[in-house]
Amino acid sequence: MTQSNLNNESVPHKERACCTRLVDVGVRLGAYIALEQVNLHVHCGELTAIIGPNGAGKTTLLRAIMGEVAHTGEMMFLSAAGPAHRQRPRIGYVPQRIEIDNSAPLTVLDLFAAAGTSWPLWLWYPRRIRAEARDALACVGAEELMERCLGNLSCGQLQRVLLALALKPVPGLLLLDEPLAGLDHAGTAQFYEIVSGLRRFMDLSILMVSHDLSAAAAIADRMVFIHNRSLLFEGTPAEVLQQPEVRNTFGLDVQTGGPELSVRTPPCPVNGGAAP
Amino acid sequence: MNGWYWLIDRLPFEWAHFPFMQNALLAILLVSPLFALIGTLVISNQMAFFSEAIGHATLTGIAVGAILGLSDPTWSMMGFCVLLALAVTVLRRYSKVSPDTLIGLVMAFAVALGVVLLSRGGGFAKYSGFLIGDLLTISPAEIGRLAVILLLVGGLWIAFFNRFLLTFLNRSLAQSRGVNIWAMEAFFACIVALVVAVSIPWVGLLVVNSLLIIPAATSRNLALNSRQYVLIAFCFSLVAGISGLVLSFYWGTATGATVVLVAMVLYAFSFLLKR
Repeated sequence: MTQSNLNNESVPHKERACCTRLVDVGVRLGAYIALEQVNLHVHCGELTAIIGPNGAGKTTLLRAIMGEVAHTGEMMFLSAAGPAHRQRPRIGYVPQRIEIDNSAPLTVLDLFAAAGTSWPLWLWYPRRIRAEARDALACVGAEELMERCLGNLSCGQLQRVLLALALKPVPGLLLLDEPLAGLDHAGTAQFYEIVSGLRRFMDLSILMVSHDLSAAAAIADRMVFIHNRSLLFEGTPAEVLQQPEVRNTFGLDVQTGGPELSVRTPPCPVNGGAAP
Repeated sequence: MNGWYWLIDRLPFEWAHFPFMQNALLAILLVSPLFALIGTLVISNQMAFFSEAIGHATLTGIAVGAILGLSDPTWSMMGFCVLLALAVTVLRRYSKVSPDTLIGLVMAFAVALGVVLLSRGGGFAKYSGFLIGDLLTISPAEIGRLAVILLLVGGLWIAFFNRFLLTFLNRSLAQSRGVNIWAMEAFFACIVALVVAVSIPWVGLLVVNSLLIIPAATSRNLALNSRQYVLIAFCFSLVAGISGLVLSFYWGTATGATVVLVAMVLYAFSFLLKR
């Protein structure tokens, strides 16, 4: 399904897929250290899950990668075609949530037009926008939502629409910021299935902040654990979830491992790590 | 201008034969649609309080103009409002005070400073015209200046509409699409400040914000997508503007406030028709 819709892009997959290497990356917000000493390698075509308690710095890391906040250290990007470079690849981003009241007259198609063209969307936009939106929405099974207002969508529908938006144009690096907060179980399963399918068919490099450990472990290739504003562990999901500190943080019983470790609301860090 | 006078003079209404009404009609055709357009984004971004504060802050702009000895305070009003808008944008970025409180504080400061400066020696009364505005005294030259500023600002608003929309929807999302979010926020604040400041002498600072937000709020009750949202607001503001002007002629009332009342009636209807 997914394959047929998006692989006719002009840029070949191998050039698009982008490795990202962070060396000693840190973020300071005024005098506050929001993140420090993050060393991370996001491999091409792999899904890396970021886990950690609230306020640990997960979202800050994504914002640094996007360039929304300034960072220290080095950030290198590598596409299969050329040498490593500092210039950011095309980044697709799915926000945690969008605050929108249900009286807002903004349809899904309007959203694609706003992001895809600089023509004022209430006046006119090119016909390709509609086709592009239909293609992208088809990838996430949301074609029927095109004319609906954003404010009337359910959480799961909105997240799928935002995921579709992030795929247009196809990004070199896809960032998902806790895409499942507020989703019910069926919505979560469906969303993960879609993300997993996209990675397989489109060779996307994905970095995903997640609170659902078992679901993240099931689809992620790599997992990193961020705690107290620095990166503590990196490895396969099984390796990371074996670490005593990870298990303590999420309140996992050290004796039982395995897939039933689903923790939706992790505890807050001891020193209240939320930004001041 | 002569063509315009000739055209309006042909209308079979009593009011259409007075030159001051012909001028005022032209001015209202400029001001109200542009206010409606900008108002759509003001409402979407929940900036109604911000634009209200800017309107009130023009008092200080008037005072600065008076102190500098300017015969026409328009430029000092525009300058002060733009400075204030930028200050609010920067403070919102760096301060931990909630935006509501911040804007309230800035407004309190600007209004108080303006009143203190203008009331030195008990002379506030001669500035009270700015409170309610007087559209009927607008001259052709002033219409020309208003038109240049409003069309310029309106053009910029149209050119950047999509980027404003994305920024206000979600800043990180806009950033990921290559939008310069800080520039967009500052830029939009300046646009709002400019149109409000330049219109105050004609509309009055007490009701200027209503012209900005009522058409958009009305449209929100009816529109199903962004195109309808903007176009309905545009049409409503024209209807309210023209009928308010004509009613104020027959009633002998202040034009700005009359337009606002008509707009409120339209809003009430739209509320009843709400989708």
